Amino acid sequence: MAEQARLIDIYIMGRHCQVPEGLTILTAMEYSGYRMLRGCGCRAGFCGACATIYNFKNNPQLRYDLACQKAVEPDMCLVQVPFFPAVKAVYDLEKLKADGEKIKALYPDIVKCFGCNTCTKTCPQELEVMWFMTDALRGDIRAVADKSFDCVMCGLCAARCPQGLAPYNVALLCRRLYGRYLAPVSGHLDDRIGEIESGKFDAGIEELKKAGDKELRRRYAERDMEPALEQHWE
Amino acid sequence: MYPAYLEESIHIVEDTRVRRLIENIPRLTEDEKADLLRQYHPDYIATSMRRLQAGINKGDSTPIELADLLEGNSRIDPDRIDPSTPDYNVDVLVIGCGGAGASAALLANEAGARVLIATKLRLGDANTVGAQAGTQAADRPKDSPAIHYLDTMGGGHFENIPELVEVLVKDAPSAIRWLEKLGVNWDKAPDGNMHELSGGGTSRRRLHSARDYTGLEEMRVLRDELKNKKIDYLEFASAVELILDDKGQIAGAILLNMETEELIIVRARAVVMATGGIGRLHIQGFPTTNHYGATADGLVLAYRAGAELIFIDTMQYHPTGAVYPLQILGQLVTEKVRTLGAQLVNGHGEQFVMPLEPRDIVASAIIRECRERQRGLRTPNGESGVWLDSPMIDILRGEGTIARELPAMVRQFRRFNVDIIREPILVYPTLHYQNGGIKIDTEGTTNVPGLYAAGECTGGVHGRNRLIGNSTLDLFVFGRRAGRAAARYAREVKRGSPTLEHVRRWQKELERAGLARERPVSPRLLPSYVRRAHGYARQEI
Repeated sequence: MAEQARLIDIYIMGRHCQVPEGLTILTAMEYSGYRMLRGCGCRAGFCGACATIYNFKNNPQLRYDLACQKAVEPDMCLVQVPFFPAVKAVYDLEKLKADGEKIKALYPDIVKCFGCNTCTKTCPQELEVMWFMTDALRGDIRAVADKSFDCVMCGLCAARCPQGLAPYNVALLCRRLYGRYLAPVSGHLDDRIGEIESGKFDAGIEELKKAGDKELRRRYAERDMEPALEQHWE
Repeated sequence: MYPAYLEESIHIVEDTRVRRLIENIPRLTEDEKADLLRQYHPDYIATSMRRLQAGINKGDSTPIELADLLEGNSRIDPDRIDPSTPDYNVDVLVIGCGGAGASAALLANEAGARVLIATKLRLGDANTVGAQAGTQAADRPKDSPAIHYLDTMGGGHFENIPELVEVLVKDAPSAIRWLEKLGVNWDKAPDGNMHELSGGGTSRRRLHSARDYTGLEEMRVLRDELKNKKIDYLEFASAVELILDDKGQIAGAILLNMETEELIIVRARAVVMATGGIGRLHIQGFPTTNHYGATADGLVLAYRAGAELIFIDTMQYHPTGAVYPLQILGQLVTEKVRTLGAQLVNGHGEQFVMPLEPRDIVASAIIRECRERQRGLRTPNGESGVWLDSPMIDILRGEGTIARELPAMVRQFRRFNVDIIREPILVYPTLHYQNGGIKIDTEGTTNVPGLYAAGECTGGVHGRNRLIGNSTLDLFVFGRRAGRAAARYAREVKRGSPTLEHVRRWQKELERAGLARERPVSPRLLPSYVRRAHGYARQEI
């Protein structure tokens, strides 16, 4: 496909390159001869390894995205953010309490946020980063967990925060506190673990393990299927 | 935004929706499935396979791309490296850090072992983060581990190793709880009951999900916990060879610093191999859902050290890889889309397979629809595909379901002006998972003393075809078991003196078989996507 497509001009760390239209920032760099090591991970928008900053030849305003998900445009000027150091608190989750004050105890600098909203503008997942940082300041763990859920931890928010905060690590703390202490407990999960430990299913599984190939196939073909929908659609 | 001719086709999909809403496509019988697979599944294309000519699996058939690497030349010269002068000396070395490696490291650490993790990219850069749909565990009252066992065996065409499946299904609920105690946020009802969905080939609703970011949620929690536990790790450090001792036991590994190209020697009493998958070898030229480092390195290293591999002739092609837009060709469209009610539809607006058959069946049916029956569609780039009718989800389950359950998918397509809430998705099978790998027992033990393995680089748990949600489960069940077992072994083993004699022996075997000149060096480490307009310089720098 590459050779027939229209070529567009881009600038990789200042070097002029021509690449076919329709490539992503990541594949445009590879097309231009760059072998990726840092700055490349799942190549599908989930891992946050390819956080990238760019602007345009005639528009110096910085823009942010994931290199594997953003298509190149004419006159783009590209760099990569291969690594950015960010503060991460070390803690023992079992010794914490789901107390909103814990967030400030572990990340005292979050009080320095002055609401410039650069983090929100930077987020390639389009999360409301500044708002969940405000929730963190208020100690609202649940709100942070919910609003930050789709975070891929690319670190762009931390790279751009003028106060040196790491919103993605603050959010991870809140999600872990929520999952561990605030999410309602699943009774059926605990019941089932107890049943398995008591050996309730051992005989049934043993029977299946011993069943001949033909018998196993018969049972498989005849097993009843629970409807995929919780209630039937009519 | 689709081109006009595809928009025309979408009108046909829309017009047939009312009819399809009440239509039930029957499940295929075992005989029909066998026929479909034989005729259309990529595993059955004989010319894509080759029999191995060296090593313990000599005579076994495997895809040519993997055979080349398994028969590959070592990256090191054993005469120029002294394995008895280590840079690190630990109890347990974990190679690879996705879900399996992280679980193994945490459990080995908990058991008191000194642990070092070596990983090729960043900590946690692995296929785990791309797992979207969920993790299986039979924990609802209407379900049982025995039913999970039967589903898993049937999905794997009854060739799975029964003891491994037993452990998989019985450990599943406790793996879910372990993750929850670490702070994973499962989708739940307000009363705490897990919100669970069915999947292809599962007869009960037992997929535990975290929106459609399940693997990401699991991985970011485990990665954080590794840091909280202060477990040592080396990033951008690929393993390039294992070290054995004069008793034939594992004695460590040689790593390559990917940035400085220095070798690092690690002495370890036990090694857990958790290097994941193979997708970046692009078997048969398929695009892949896999991460950048998925190049089967662990299989190559373990094989050269004498570990036996099984089911290396079977790959999983995920039925629904994106084919439009081009920028996301081959990327995963999660099975959760079908789980929630989306149907697969050809260019005539007809269903051609029950959407929740196991993956190999659905993939084969899509290939048949496009290649043989010519009822697929073509993208402007020439790729074939069929429609995955995502808007049906909101019709079936109420408006807002797609946005709530599939935020990653909505976001990914919205970037390219495709609104999956209103318009269907164009899909075709994509290389997704390696069903086979290193042979293990229920503790992750291999036939090489001191070498343990867990996760996608192992074989036997999933037989010839893995079910949805059993891969992430496999990571936590066998990762934890392997970590614990490796720590126990490390306490007891009597060490010999380290040697690279097995590498010399391997190179001699290649010479004798006449393969040494023909084969590349391996492990592959990274795929090669760089365009070289005027060829390569004599020495790559």
